[in-house]
Amino acid sequence: MAPQGSDLAASGQPPVLEADGTSASGVLLVSGSWTIETLKDADSQVDQTLKETPSVKQLDLSGLTSLDTSGAWVIIRLLRGLGLELSSATPINPDHVSLFEAVAETNLTAPTTQKNLNFFIALFQKTGEDVVEIYKDIKILAYLAGEIVSCLLKGLIHPRSLRITSIVHHMEHTGLKAVPIVAMMSFLVGAIVAQQGAFQLRKFGAEPFVIDLVGILVLREVGILLTAILVAGRSGSAFTAEIGSMKMREEIDAMRVMGLNIIEVLIAPRVIALIIALPLLGLVANLAGLVGGGVLLWAYSDISLSTYITWLRDAVAINTFLVGVIKAPFMALIIALISCSEGLQVGGSAESLGRRTTAAVVKSIFLMVLVDGLFAIFFAAIGF
Amino acid sequence: MTATPQTPQNTASSETGARAILSVKGLTVGFSSRLVLENLDLDVQRGEILGIVGASGTGKSVLLRSVLGLVQRQSGQFIMFGHNTEKLSRQERLAIERRLGVLFQHGALFSSLSVLQNIQVPMREYYTLPQRLMDELAISKLELVGLSPDAAHKFPSELSGGMIKRAALARALALDPQLLFLDEPTSGLDPISAEEFDDLISTLRDTLGLTVFMVTHDLDSLSQACDRIAVLAERRVLAIGNMNDLQKNPHPWIKSYFTGKRAIRQWDKN
Ligand SMILES: Nc1ncnc2c1ncn2[C@@H]1O[C@H](COP(=O)(O)OP(=O)(O)O)[C@@H](O)[C@H]1O
Ligand SMILES: [Mg+2]
Repeated sequence: MAPQGSDLAASGQPPVLEADGTSASGVLLVSGSWTIETLKDADSQVDQTLKETPSVKQLDLSGLTSLDTSGAWVIIRLLRGLGLELSSATPINPDHVSLFEAVAETNLTAPTTQKNLNFFIALFQKTGEDVVEIYKDIKILAYLAGEIVSCLLKGLIHPRSLRITSIVHHMEHTGLKAVPIVAMMSFLVGAIVAQQGAFQLRKFGAEPFVIDLVGILVLREVGILLTAILVAGRSGSAFTAEIGSMKMREEIDAMRVMGLNIIEVLIAPRVIALIIALPLLGLVANLAGLVGGGVLLWAYSDISLSTYITWLRDAVAINTFLVGVIKAPFMALIIALISCSEGLQVGGSAESLGRRTTAAVVKSIFLMVLVDGLFAIFFAAIGF
Repeated sequence: MTATPQTPQNTASSETGARAILSVKGLTVGFSSRLVLENLDLDVQRGEILGIVGASGTGKSVLLRSVLGLVQRQSGQFIMFGHNTEKLSRQERLAIERRLGVLFQHGALFSSLSVLQNIQVPMREYYTLPQRLMDELAISKLELVGLSPDAAHKFPSELSGGMIKRAALARALALDPQLLFLDEPTSGLDPISAEEFDDLISTLRDTLGLTVFMVTHDLDSLSQACDRIAVLAERRVLAIGNMNDLQKNPHPWIKSYFTGKRAIRQWDKN
């Protein structure tokens, strides 16, 4: 077979470093192949030799069969460890001279290693950084919110600056395309609530009250909150990833220098689209949840659909519905603002994109639940 | 290795060029019905620096990527280190890949890793070396390509275009490859850095016996560093030879490329 044919697995002779005859002669013999394939072996031999610190005056390279930059570095390291110059290594194969010369000029200064901080100092440092991070988050959120309001006001005067096409596009992606999954999920959740309620209330002979339970729970809380959580995971993460990867590839910078207003072009359409789409999705979710509850009770209990509807009419009023739907635009605002601001803060690396996307979803879900709680307290206080 | 793949293609290759470290035979690549390369043949000789030129969009990067197996080809074969790349076992493929170094057009550094870690990725993957040694080797590679060790702990997003190219070259050299693929290595570098880059490539070739497959538009690189130049046009290698051969070529594109104003200025300089 061709000479190159069989060398796929070849690694040459092992590297050998040994004293020439008696160690008193002060000559070290370097032989074999000093390449990356055998580097670990070579390196440990060099370590060994340096530890023994024999008085070496010269390196004999005549047995050196093959060499690459990695092997050359290990030999240079040996020379430096022994306090020798490159000139005391002889004879150097003419092919290897420039390689040795090039490698000998590297690693002259000791590498700067970042020293590890004490655990407590590191903890304080991290805490401090997190606090500053939160402050920055609040600042950028306030900035975005203000810019969007000014953008809307400007839109009243110049409707063209509202980018209707873009808004419709985002409404389609965040709203229309989410309808099936939102409806499906709410249907199931409505059914589950009804099943659990019927099961528990049956013990007290109060089974029909499960209809109140389903109606109020779905309309006031579950319908909107679940929809918002789903949208945060679905569209919020997409906003962050889109804006973040544009940031990474300098597309945002390109827009800035072209005089395009980032808020007007990228952020406002997303925020407006979501503020319109989320209440509509909430409506779908409410309806699907109620249907789910009704279907389950019809199948699982002895409550017919017509009884269900009549009873439901008494159980819920328009305010039950409004309490839920009023929250939707606020949740949309939270999702859109947080995910856009996280997107704008993406740095240069793929990892930071991932971290920001995660942060966007987690932060917006957490804030939504918090805001939902505040609304519950507020509505209870005003008796709505 | 126990059984060497003895195929008709292999014997054919050793006839045409025993020294060919890579031969491309009848390569056809296309995207959605439009052919970019058609029935392309090319031999890269062991130890040479081969420059590939061609107008933008003629498929230089596509050629490089299909040799590396990153682009699906319609037909054609590659003989690399005497082996047909189609008929390799997993281990043989790994052994071959270990001997390739690639510098992508845009660097393709891993953005979540520092420069030092980037250079150590291939070392970590193939060998178990002590961390201290890997650090030293990585710094050594970094300085070989002309970066200062200060850059070692920077992340790719903190580097300039030229620094990215150099760091990516350092990563490509991490395992001391035998065959180095460079996609426009000097584009985006200032002329002085570009010249240093050419010198570096020549030095590496002389000392390590590297073979270099270099896509470039840099007339300096072509005249200083390259042993042979292949001109890619009309979906194939239109001409191949040294600078002098190509200057005599009557094909209009080659003529204007090698005897145009920029090229003439190049000759005046020499
Ligand atoms: N992934 C791809 N899909 C479709 N077309 C491609 C793809 N990659 C390259 N092309 C096309 O192939 C041609 C050659 O591209 P390329 O090799 O990058 O050019 P260059 O010679 O400038 O490096 C171009 O016309 C390009 O549009
Ligand atoms: Mg290209």
